[in-house]
Amino acid sequence: PALGLFLFTIARDPLRIIILIAGAFFWLVSLLLSSLIWFIAVKASDPRDEPLQKGLLIFGVMFSVLLQEAFRFLYYKLLRKAIEGLVALSEDGCSPISIQQMAYVAGVGFGLMSGAFSMINLLADALGPGTVGIHGDSQLYFLTSAFMTMVLIFLHTFWGILFFHGCEHRRWWEIMAVVVMHLTVSGSTFCNPLYVGSLVPSYLLMAAAAAWAYLLSGGSAQNLRRFLLCK
Amino acid sequence: MITFMNNSDSEEEPCNERTSLMSAESPPVPSYQDGLPASEAGEAQAHRKRRTGSSRSPNNIADGDMSDSSVPVRESALENEEEELTLKYGAKHVIMLFVPVTLCMIVVVATIKSVRFYTEKNGQLIYTPFSEDTPSVGQRLLNSVLNTIIMISVIVVMTVFLVLLYKYRCYKFIHGWLILSSLMLLFLFTYIYLGEVLKTYNVAMDYPTLFLVIWNFGAVGMICIHWKGPLQLQQAYLIMISALMALVFIKYLPEWSAWVILGAISIYDLMAVLCPKGPLRMLVETAQERNEPIFPALIYSSAMVWTVGMAKPDTAARGPSQQTWDAAEEGRENHRSPSHADSQMSETRSPVPTRPITSFEELEEEERGVKLGLGDFIFYSVLVGKAAATASGDWNTTLACFVAILIGLCLTLLLLAVFKKALPALPISITFGLVFYFSTDNLVRPFMDTLASHQLYI
Repeated sequence: PALGLFLFTIARDPLRIIILIAGAFFWLVSLLLSSLIWFIAVKASDPRDEPLQKGLLIFGVMFSVLLQEAFRFLYYKLLRKAIEGLVALSEDGCSPISIQQMAYVAGVGFGLMSGAFSMINLLADALGPGTVGIHGDSQLYFLTSAFMTMVLIFLHTFWGILFFHGCEHRRWWEIMAVVVMHLTVSGSTFCNPLYVGSLVPSYLLMAAAAAWAYLLSGGSAQNLRRFLLCK
Repeated sequence: MITFMNNSDSEEEPCNERTSLMSAESPPVPSYQDGLPASEAGEAQAHRKRRTGSSRSPNNIADGDMSDSSVPVRESALENEEEELTLKYGAKHVIMLFVPVTLCMIVVVATIKSVRFYTEKNGQLIYTPFSEDTPSVGQRLLNSVLNTIIMISVIVVMTVFLVLLYKYRCYKFIHGWLILSSLMLLFLFTYIYLGEVLKTYNVAMDYPTLFLVIWNFGAVGMICIHWKGPLQLQQAYLIMISALMALVFIKYLPEWSAWVILGAISIYDLMAVLCPKGPLRMLVETAQERNEPIFPALIYSSAMVWTVGMAKPDTAARGPSQQTWDAAEEGRENHRSPSHADSQMSETRSPVPTRPITSFEELEEEERGVKLGLGDFIFYSVLVGKAAATASGDWNTTLACFVAILIGLCLTLLLLAVFKKALPALPISITFGLVFYFSTDNLVRPFMDTLASHQLYI
């Protein structure tokens, strides 16, 4: 689905592709920094201590989430400056791309990158021989991973929109909400392999974020109805 | 890059030359030439400024300001509706370069992942004589540094040789050299490549069919690259050639040497293009002075360029012809014909130019192509291919390097629009790529693996 989003909405306009790649790049950098921190922490600690490792992992995940949001903010700042440049250069005083579109594309960029990193090794291994879950792990591993990745990609997209909107209008609570949601989703994955604990809340949150982003972007129930009924 | 070689001896000579040519050439011209010889034209310049702003959009602050200040100055010289176009076209140029680079990388990665041949160590190039199978780390490092020094010096020598030839107008020789190299590349490497791919997929193919296929492929390739041909076909051929070269490099360069060579080559590229006495810079400047296109077999051009304008010796028509050279129009695929064009083709082309020139004046500035040297393609692909081949984190690392290279390309294009002269395309991208490769491989991979094993998501 994310690829479909990409093809239909982004591939047309070269500017959006650049923003997308840059967004992916920012996510990557945030991942790099967070893994650096985690790595240092792991090296500095005792490798044989199991609960400590788990605790470190949790700490790493939370830290990474925070870093991701920080980078999203940085990216927002960069895009703001870029939009000013674009506006100044364009002829009729309005930029060829609006901040909302940028928000959307940035979100997709983040999402694609995070999804890719989560899934791609799995996919590569899935092509090979073997059975899933033979050692007593859940047999639904691939399926749930796929769903989780998809929900995460969508979530990143929506968070992008919400986040940028919050920054635009200086509503700090929106930004905080995004951060909290992200933490919640990541935290919920700690309940894996009890999938009910992670997938269901994530999907619910995604639906909520989707509705919120839709409303923010100017949609309404009426628009939706009209669209669905193809008027 | 200059030399690589296979175990076949007879091809060694041409191999060297060709490769070197390819490689040496690539860095030189790789920077974007951007069709800027026509930069005297004020409007072309202003356009570029605008373009800068547009292609930079994800990136720059300072640029935005700079363009702001300079735009009002140039404003008067430009028509307003072109601004909007230029913005879009700025980004478009970036994409026009993204696509072939991406394609090349995809081809290389796909081949590396599927065909075993390219990851086996079957010997080394004679240009990297020191083996890396030594027991100690220090010795290995020393060997790789020595290999790099040899390689870089060979490249430098070849480049200087080429520039000298160009300066003294030994076009025939250069031409012959280029033709020989591309011949070898097209036929020999394609043969090997096809053989390996067929082996991997266990497809039987008899010799006559093989001969026919390779002959057609090679002949059409030669025509497309060195003479006229549809632009897309030519681009496709150039991409394939770069991919083949990159594959050869990946196979024949030992591990550490490859990384050190990548680093050294980007430094060399930086120096060769920016230093006043750098060979590449001299090559580009000489070409611009003489108003000639640089060798077709070494540059990838993203849009069509009128060689008509270039071939015309008539200085009276210099103004508009420069603009035609600058404004790559659609419809005419004439991508830069080789230098022999000046001698042979100028006669045939002179009746033709009138049309492009007038059409140019009617049309607004359409897309100007950006040109990227083939060596850049090759080295980007080598980086990504090596990442795919040797990284234990597999796809993550490859993906990270890919994104890093694309972002480096964006930044370089941005700088290109700012500085408006030929720039080295290698350093920024390769630096990003190397940084990301090493960091992803060592830092991110354990993190992601641990996360994946617990199925945690960040």
